[in-house]
Amino acid sequence: MSEAILPTRVALVGNPNSGKTALFNALTGARQKVANYPGVTVERKEGVVTTPGGLRVSVLDLPGTYSLRARSPDEVVTRDVVLGRFTGEATPDILVCVADATNLRLVLRLALELKAVGQPMLLVLNMFDIAQRQGIRIDLEGLSRELGVPVVTTVAVRKRGLDDLLGQVDVLAALDRTHVASVWHEPSAAEIRQAHRDAERIMRAHVKPPLRPDTFTGKLDGVLLHPVAGTLILMLILFLMFQAVFSWATPLMDGIDAGFAWLGQVVAAYVPDGLLRSFLSDGLIAGVGSVVVFLPQILILFFFIILLEDFGYMARAAFLMDRLMGVAGLHGRAFIPLLSSFACAIPGIMSARVIDNKRDRLTTIMVAPLTTCSARIPVYTLVISAFIPNRTVWGFASLQGLVMFGLYAAGISSALIVAFVIRKLIWRSATEPFLIELPAYKVPDPKNVARGVLMRGQMFLKRAGTTIASMMVLIWFLSSFPSAPAGATQPAIDYSFAGMLGHLLQPLMAPIGFTWQMAVALIPGMAAREVAVGALGTVYAVAAQDDTGSLAATLSHQWPLATALSFLAWYVFAPQCMSTLAVVRRETASWRWPLIMFAYMLALAYAAAFIVYHAAVAMGA
Amino acid sequence: MASVRLSDLGKGDRGLVKGIAPEGHEGPGEIGHDELERRLLEMGFVEGAQFQIIQEGLVGRDPIALKLDDMRVALRRRDARAVLVERAA
Repeated sequence: MSEAILPTRVALVGNPNSGKTALFNALTGARQKVANYPGVTVERKEGVVTTPGGLRVSVLDLPGTYSLRARSPDEVVTRDVVLGRFTGEATPDILVCVADATNLRLVLRLALELKAVGQPMLLVLNMFDIAQRQGIRIDLEGLSRELGVPVVTTVAVRKRGLDDLLGQVDVLAALDRTHVASVWHEPSAAEIRQAHRDAERIMRAHVKPPLRPDTFTGKLDGVLLHPVAGTLILMLILFLMFQAVFSWATPLMDGIDAGFAWLGQVVAAYVPDGLLRSFLSDGLIAGVGSVVVFLPQILILFFFIILLEDFGYMARAAFLMDRLMGVAGLHGRAFIPLLSSFACAIPGIMSARVIDNKRDRLTTIMVAPLTTCSARIPVYTLVISAFIPNRTVWGFASLQGLVMFGLYAAGISSALIVAFVIRKLIWRSATEPFLIELPAYKVPDPKNVARGVLMRGQMFLKRAGTTIASMMVLIWFLSSFPSAPAGATQPAIDYSFAGMLGHLLQPLMAPIGFTWQMAVALIPGMAAREVAVGALGTVYAVAAQDDTGSLAATLSHQWPLATALSFLAWYVFAPQCMSTLAVVRRETASWRWPLIMFAYMLALAYAAAFIVYHAAVAMGA
Repeated sequence: MASVRLSDLGKGDRGLVKGIAPEGHEGPGEIGHDELERRLLEMGFVEGAQFQIIQEGLVGRDPIALKLDDMRVALRRRDARAVLVERAA
């Protein structure tokens, strides 16, 4: 009875925007595993669910596609898994074709293609409540008869129809599985036309057009896609997003700050003065605390990105930005990876897989780390709060928020300029067609948004808890050993390994106004940008004679303004993220691109910091 | 009624898709006619489909957003050249 151990494998396949992921979440709840497919960095989402018949089913959420004729790495995964060609991935026992019940035409063609694969199949009409509200009448029995597969209706966000769906999985799983060979092959243009005609005939026979069509999407697009109004609204949304990241997060961050300070005091009260106390409070608690404190900002940013995505706005943003991207030689679709890179370059680089053309994709990958990722937020916030007065300008905007906005603008414009240089001067060729669906607007489901935001938060904390914490311990070690000799006149860190290293690098960094402490902080900062904040904290907390002032206050005494501005300019470009370089290596399957990326970003960072430092000094800062 | 190219139409224009006839797109690193035709077909630009242009981009009135049967799509004029349409009065 070895089969009893192996769960029945169900794969969800569907068009993008069909609510496939919402259905996956509704089916599997918290029992999900997110990983990568071996060898490629396409996200693999799997969950487990038990059917009414007691069958244990593993559900695989495959990347969305319009056809099995794969054009991007994501779609290649979908095709190969469906066809059982994917090494290390068993062929799904049952294919579940997920359709947006309000938009059946294209998915019917996909369903016909999936049928040719020969596996037992089930058609799910998701968002059925919206279809009913619009008065779309679907003859389910007729549709099922015509396609030769069971048809069920669901409302994933209300968890409706899930038992029906799983009941049909029971039925299909119980069928005698006489193997039907796949007759799928890549369709020619003529075959796609024929499939369209078949789908059209099925539509006409079994689906009556809506009595109350969705006029909301049309009305909203009248404004949101409008060349002037729409662009202004997009700018406003981005502006609000960054103001929110800055101001909403403050109380939460203060709370986290206070929590870690309290923890440090508790340690100080119970642990005797010495190496252990220094390790716990200066190394571990201060280090981890200075990273965790940025969790609220990261959550707020992802909240906006996921909300806009689920609302259906991201495709509109791509439409509005296509021309701008085109100027830089990029594709409107590159806007989404670049926008994701505002959160983190890693998912941004990974989402560049939606770009089919290899050169477009490589260019997008190469410039993605220039957009301001959330790991820079800690560095920017720290320096801004230390050096930029907290004033209101023009009656409504905070000066600190404006400087932040300026840094973001510097990031995105440098990304576009570098893309332009690559695409128009180095690799001159026409760009890929820009052809995207503008999905109907939908009210985002709070639970799905919350799940997405929490998942991102967990990923960040996991990084803070592992990589960053261990780097913090390393820097604490480097800055505590060897300890100062008896009768030392300088702060202890001056005698440590970190001090030696910092002094060694200092001559290189002097032309851009960096102190040796900054040079020290840049070394562990190679692991991830935000580590530099923790590192500065450690370096200065260890070096400081009185332990009272916060890091920002310490810095504002220790650095001239020109140095602070130079440090900000450095961080607009600095390639300090091992994970990004590692992901680029994985995505491009060569060390060439990460090395080029590292070199060009380092050169830009040095040049920018040099210019800013000397300009600031010349202006008397 | 003579066919025109979708790329020659403006906001508010409506009509029927008559066929796909790609031009260009054959340069180095480009996808070629056959691939462009299949992509347009897969996105619903199939003979007989009804369309209406709902918006145009800010610069050079590019790209264009259109209602195509029950769905909405956006594409660049350069790619829209491949779509032959019959304009409704």
